[in-house]
Amino acid sequence: MAFRSHVLVCAGTGCVSCGSFDLGAALEREIASRGLADEIQVVRTGCQGFCAEGPVLVVQPDEVFYCGLKTSDVATLVEEHLLKGRPVRKLMYTPPSAPAPVPKLSQIPFFAKQKLVVLRNRGLVDPERIDDYIARDGYEALAKAVTELTPEEIIREIKLSGLRGRGGGGFPTGVKWATCRQAALHRGVEPVIVCNADEGDPGAFMDRSIIESDPHAVIEGMAIGARAIGARQGFVYIRHEYPIARERLAKALDQARDYGLLGRGILGTKFDFDISVVQGAGAFVCGESTALMASLEGKAGEPRAKYIHTVEYGYKNLPTNLNNVETWANVPLIISRGAAWFASMGSGDVSENPWNGSSGTKVFSLVGKVNNTGLIEVPMGITLREIIFGIGGGIPRGRAFKAVQTGGPSGGCLPATHLDMPVDFDSLTAAGSMMGSGGMIVMDDQTCMVDVARYFIAFLTEESCGKCIPCREGLRCSLDVLTRITEGKGEEGDIALLEEMGAVMQDACLCALGSSAPNPVMSTLRYFRDEYEAHVRERRCPAGVCKALITYTIDQALCDGCHACVTACSTGAITGQVKYPHQLNQSLCIKCGACLDACKRNAVLRA
Amino acid sequence: MTDVTKIEQIVDRHGRSRDHLTAILLDCQEEFLHLPREVIETVAARVKAPVTQVLGIATFFRAFSLKPVGRHRIHVCMGTACHVQGAQRLLEAVSRELGIQKGETTPDMQFSLDTVNCLGCCGLAPAVTVNTDVHGKLKQTAIPRMLRKYVKDYKARTH
Repeated sequence: MAFRSHVLVCAGTGCVSCGSFDLGAALEREIASRGLADEIQVVRTGCQGFCAEGPVLVVQPDEVFYCGLKTSDVATLVEEHLLKGRPVRKLMYTPPSAPAPVPKLSQIPFFAKQKLVVLRNRGLVDPERIDDYIARDGYEALAKAVTELTPEEIIREIKLSGLRGRGGGGFPTGVKWATCRQAALHRGVEPVIVCNADEGDPGAFMDRSIIESDPHAVIEGMAIGARAIGARQGFVYIRHEYPIARERLAKALDQARDYGLLGRGILGTKFDFDISVVQGAGAFVCGESTALMASLEGKAGEPRAKYIHTVEYGYKNLPTNLNNVETWANVPLIISRGAAWFASMGSGDVSENPWNGSSGTKVFSLVGKVNNTGLIEVPMGITLREIIFGIGGGIPRGRAFKAVQTGGPSGGCLPATHLDMPVDFDSLTAAGSMMGSGGMIVMDDQTCMVDVARYFIAFLTEESCGKCIPCREGLRCSLDVLTRITEGKGEEGDIALLEEMGAVMQDACLCALGSSAPNPVMSTLRYFRDEYEAHVRERRCPAGVCKALITYTIDQALCDGCHACVTACSTGAITGQVKYPHQLNQSLCIKCGACLDACKRNAVLRA
Repeated sequence: MTDVTKIEQIVDRHGRSRDHLTAILLDCQEEFLHLPREVIETVAARVKAPVTQVLGIATFFRAFSLKPVGRHRIHVCMGTACHVQGAQRLLEAVSRELGIQKGETTPDMQFSLDTVNCLGCCGLAPAVTVNTDVHGKLKQTAIPRMLRKYVKDYKARTH
């Protein structure tokens, strides 16, 4: 049946949390009650990326984007736009500095400046229907890989494309595949391939969104990889915190099996391959390859020393090829459109050697103190400024940009002087941060960099598996020092101690969790040393975050005595008559900040 | 009292395999909401693994709890995006409101409070989950209203 119009409702985790399932159901009811059920179809898509404005939807073919919808808006939307063909301006998106709403998706800066490769099907397919994926040329690359290309040709194509691992390390994918294939042939055993969907970096949700919005892209990529490497068995290791992604992946696998795209004799050839899903149980270290494989075997996820690589001896001592979700999702397009097309995007020249540049695109989760939070895909080599100010729309409430954190707990914070730096594997590493899996957290002048460093070290202290001493004790000791500094008890020599400890950990830790753990401290010391010094020498937190070093006061000139802060205060520290400026008793104040949240006139000051 | 046949069914569903210990324990955690001694011992016996190995897994991963948890499980997200938007202050506020610390359960077994490293809905920071509901862009002042949705008279019960 042909529909004249499609309403594509975002059903990513962000929008689902804002009620998009209810919204979709309400739309279907309203459309049916108007007798339009044969003309207009409601489709639930994966994450459309603009999480800040959820729940969002797009009406096609008009390409009109609506955001921040409530079920009470449904009647108007159906009546005006779908029935009478008059798009509803008040439900459209207005960029922060624009005078009027922007109706079309392609004209909204957040979307217009992106380049969709991995996310090419985002918002256009129903992730729970394999036919949608196939209609967009899905599984064409797999057909080509099993019928036209030899394994060596597939590997050569991936090598030439310059594709590097999207999980953080940036290791050339084609080289890894070739090594794994060789190791298996050499030993005469069957290799295994694994998809790492244990997205543990806080502030990153690219992999979850890819699986939620286009699970077949990952499955197809893995099947092509299996054909190239010679594997018959594949695993997806996925976080248990991602229930929607897990469910969609399981459905997609079933559908692929029904269509003969997985299982025995794929597409009528002699190629057998199937994928099992294994759940993680909440351990950051399981993103590390050796720990992940221990966990796959049903053991506690502790890493081992890597003098023998997992491509040779991995899961159950078989040659094991591990790639991240986004890496796998890139594979089908490289095979169908060719390595040259892929290598034409990005920075550097990868035609001779994949280490010479960063080709293709990268998906980032752009979050924190930025107007347009959400999921974006951009060509490698774009500048931080274009991402944060062009796509992200700048910093909320006109505050000043201070830093951007990339690479998760193993990454670092880059200051405003680096805004014009290109975003690629090697530039980020040279600047003391790293690509990581793609979390990008923007910070404004109200973010304390010492507190951020302490936050990551506290995170890693909890997640350190405890097997090797430099990591376990080094982190604990660093945390003690950082806690002391943020509590205003820092001493001369503390900063030097942090640096010394960091250097030891970089050299001596067993796995990458430990050896990269000092990065947040080292990078903030490199660019924001003055903040550390203010905490230690002046007992002052310039950003107004560290509890022990700040006080709350009420601006008597601005306070109109509305009493909101008095109601919010749990200790009775604020007193005053209604309609008269209130007073704050410092001896009762526990510095929880509830008054600041409650005040509508910005009369509560924090310094 | 934990139902032994239920545990055995879960183990059998995973082929009584040691390779699937994590998956078995995840299912047990979902079924019983925590892993009491009988679960650990029954699972160990049925997959023919030492109790220490099962206990090792149960204490290694964050998803497992050896102590009983409350009817409503609150998780304050401590992801980076939530952190810069004040997640720590939010955690302290929930803690004050319920009179329990992180990792504890209210005496009436209604609420448990814990943190989670990242829910992956960073666009909604700061976020809190109660059971499976996500409460995004949460302000301290909205916490009582959120709690009342689950237990109307929580204040009278916990204080």
